[in-house]
Amino acid sequence: MTAAPDAPIVVAGLVKRFGSFAALDGVSFAVARGEIMGFLGPNGAGKSTLIRILCGLLHPSAGHARVAGIDVAADPEAVRRRIGYMSQKFSLYDDLSVAENLRFFGGIYGVSRDDMAARLRYAIDMAGLSGREESLVATLAGGWKQRLALGAAILHRPPVLFLDEPTSGVDPESRRRFWDLIHTLAADGVSVLVSTHYMDEAEYCHRIALISGGRLIALGTPREIKRQARDAGARAAEPTMEDSFVSLVGKATAAQRAERP
Amino acid sequence: MFGRIFHLLVKEFLQMKRDKSARFRLLVPPVIQMLLFGYAATFEVFNVSTAILDLDRSQESRALTDAFVHSSRFRIAVPAASERDVRDAVERSDVQVGIVIPAGFAELLKKGRTSPVQALVDGTNSNTALIALGYVGQIAGSFGQDYARNLAERTGRALGRPMVSVGLEERYWYNPNLNSRWFFVPGVIGTLALITIVNLTAFAIVREREVGTLEQILVTPLRPVEFIIGKTLPFFLIGLLEVSIVAGFGMAWFHVPFRGNPLVLLLGTCLFLLAALAIGLLISTVCTTQQQAFSSNFFVLNPMFILSGFSFPIPSMPQALQWLTYADPLRYYLVIIRATFLKGVGLDALWPQMLALAAIALGLLTVAVLRFRKSLD
Repeated sequence: MTAAPDAPIVVAGLVKRFGSFAALDGVSFAVARGEIMGFLGPNGAGKSTLIRILCGLLHPSAGHARVAGIDVAADPEAVRRRIGYMSQKFSLYDDLSVAENLRFFGGIYGVSRDDMAARLRYAIDMAGLSGREESLVATLAGGWKQRLALGAAILHRPPVLFLDEPTSGVDPESRRRFWDLIHTLAADGVSVLVSTHYMDEAEYCHRIALISGGRLIALGTPREIKRQARDAGARAAEPTMEDSFVSLVGKATAAQRAERP
Repeated sequence: MFGRIFHLLVKEFLQMKRDKSARFRLLVPPVIQMLLFGYAATFEVFNVSTAILDLDRSQESRALTDAFVHSSRFRIAVPAASERDVRDAVERSDVQVGIVIPAGFAELLKKGRTSPVQALVDGTNSNTALIALGYVGQIAGSFGQDYARNLAERTGRALGRPMVSVGLEERYWYNPNLNSRWFFVPGVIGTLALITIVNLTAFAIVREREVGTLEQILVTPLRPVEFIIGKTLPFFLIGLLEVSIVAGFGMAWFHVPFRGNPLVLLLGTCLFLLAALAIGLLISTVCTTQQQAFSSNFFVLNPMFILSGFSFPIPSMPQALQWLTYADPLRYYLVIIRATFLKGVGLDALWPQMLALAAIALGLLTVAVLRFRKSLD
């Protein structure tokens, strides 16, 4: 799967500085329709900053980013109508019921009244919450909440979905179900950009972007990433994703240190 | 735009409906505070604990003692047999006022001379002390005048010269009996509305920030301004409701008259609530946790209360502080609410306050919205 210049997500030379600190230092990549792109990197590597820029929450200092064909710096509001976003923080209202939460998010996303019932049904079925529509969200277990949050993020059928460490704090079984959902969505043509800490999750992605110190240090399919790690002299002959991650990030960090004494 | 705000409003009211304790918090504490203020907050001084030492033991000294006791301002708390008793009672705070009628009191009076009476006042509470001392002077003065008139009549004006005096005819307008409840009750309405609205607004927004729902909402097409409108409009309505309830309660329970035009008060209340919402919003932009919001609110609300003229007269403040009071929306609202309640005046008299409130509300709202948008980055 290669990304065309008119792909749903196109990032070119993106820079974000906070004072003298460059959180993103010239990042470029593209995500194709129906592609799942995984973002892997140590804490503070710039993953969240990148996602926040692509959602129009942060203004880039330099470079371009187009999401669903729209320049995020020029018209962040139009971007927000076309994306779904789900963050590591569980962000539905605990004191509202399942249906009330969905109706609220559907409402502010502008889901039409005719469409609402069908979309609620879809999100509830997807989260496996049939029969619990009137339960308060506070009473749901973590995995269910996570799937409900995903359901709320795609009520308006966005062509692009951003997931910022969506599965942190969820049990393995629920994570697996969650990833099944992601693959279903991607098969329907949704482009997904997901940041994660879990190496096994990286294997579920079509392509992986390894990011460290605000730079893209490796980009490719899981297999390509592992090959790069081996070529770069990873200790194991058959490096796992974790070995590859440690070796590539370590090498990049050393290089960056040498560059900036 | 209206659709999105509507959905936000529905959400807010659903959450409010679910929060059963919120209804209690909104209604019961204001009414209790109104009762507390109505009964406890008063400038008047009654039943000052007093020790009277009568060293003269004459008909005259007993008459003066009676005058003190029957005034209902003073209550004999400690029997005093010596000056030492009086001093000890004041020192131990058993009494606030000690009155000593020296031996020879009647002697001097009979000669038509000025006869001294000593008053010892515990000045720890300077306000009460001053007022109590005023009563002592009034009672002693009128006793002296009556005595002089009597003496003049009895002695054919040989003694006790008929005094030339200026007769002051006092008329207190708007509050003829100087009932301090009439002064406090309208003030309590304004203060309670301010505290409630600033707290509600600041906490509601900081809670969304803390939980993470604010970030979720910001990646939707909802604009920051729409979020602010949808989030604060319910509190604006709650503010109106609370002012109505507390005002109605104050009128029904304490019989405070409402002489003005309710619409004038409504206008003032709306402007004041906008300023209060803006303050809550501003606080929410500098706080990331509810804990911080709590201490910030306290830090902001207390000075506003002190500078408002609620109980401390503004003209008595140092000049620099007086200037500061001009920035306090509560200052203007208290004028408006007291004037509409007690004076019954309209916009012709209150337009400067209305204008000032409008300017403050507009300024604060602008800063709050700009800051809010900035705080999202």
